[in-house]
Amino acid sequence: MSNAVTALNGAEARDGIATITEVALQGMITLRGDLASKPVAKAVKAAAGVAVPKPGTAAVVGDSGVCWMSPDELLILCPYDTVAETVAQMNDTLAGVHALVADVSDARASFRVAGPAAREVMAKLAPVDLHPDAFAPGMFRRTRMAQVPAAFWMPDTDSFQIVCFRSQAQYMFDLLKVAAQKGSGVSVFQ
Amino acid sequence: MLILTCPCCGVTGEETEFHAGGEAHLKRFGPGSTDDDFESYLFMRENPKGVHFERWRHVYGCGKWFHAARCTMTLEVFGTYPAQTLAPPQELCDAISAKRPGWSWRAFS
Ligand SMILES: [Zn+2]
Repeated sequence: MSNAVTALNGAEARDGIATITEVALQGMITLRGDLASKPVAKAVKAAAGVAVPKPGTAAVVGDSGVCWMSPDELLILCPYDTVAETVAQMNDTLAGVHALVADVSDARASFRVAGPAAREVMAKLAPVDLHPDAFAPGMFRRTRMAQVPAAFWMPDTDSFQIVCFRSQAQYMFDLLKVAAQKGSGVSVFQ
Repeated sequence: MLILTCPCCGVTGEETEFHAGGEAHLKRFGPGSTDDDFESYLFMRENPKGVHFERWRHVYGCGKWFHAARCTMTLEVFGTYPAQTLAPPQELCDAISAKRPGWSWRAFS
């Protein structure tokens, strides 16, 4: 097997108003199907240990969980080295069901924005209300960041985890670095 | 700037998260139809000052298509509704009537 690496080899930027880090390899599985159906619920429970999340939410702990992507799509997160196994198990559970399970781990890049100014950095880039009353841990949002599609959630009250296309990883990292550059804070949420 | 609420995923976002998909409720005329019908299906569009119905896609979100009713003059969005319908829902038409009495758009009013 080839030696899998992340898009930017774990790039980091620590000298700004928030810390930007590329997240280590993350298992990601796209599941499309009828989210209200029993086989899908069963496959999700077996793969991630949680129930199908409600629209606009994610149930993620560490590198495992489920994110609600659209009315017929979920993103399953699992440890990178268990992806193949999880996909096979899900396909077994969903045999004969009109559903799709696809390993998209290597098609994506993940970043973490952390620190008290993380909200501010994100708010500069995404047209989303990121006031603490409007966006909090447990929620999940697909949107754009500057000119590229992205999705994010909050692992805790001071950090965001972003998923984007792997081919746009450098763009995303540069974008975050600029938005977090030293002295660029405006304390809008404090 | 339009603020649209996607009826598929519930997200309320500004228009750069969406993509306009042209006029709503077109009836398709394909092979075998008359030249006049085909021409009007391809080219003839409303161009209203006021109430208008359009298709939009939540392109930076859930990816789904939906319908929106809005005012081309004020950019007020009257409402959004699912793509799987041939006409705007009655309650939306009523809501528009309350704001724009006497409006009409193609066969709807
Ligand atoms: Zn949507």
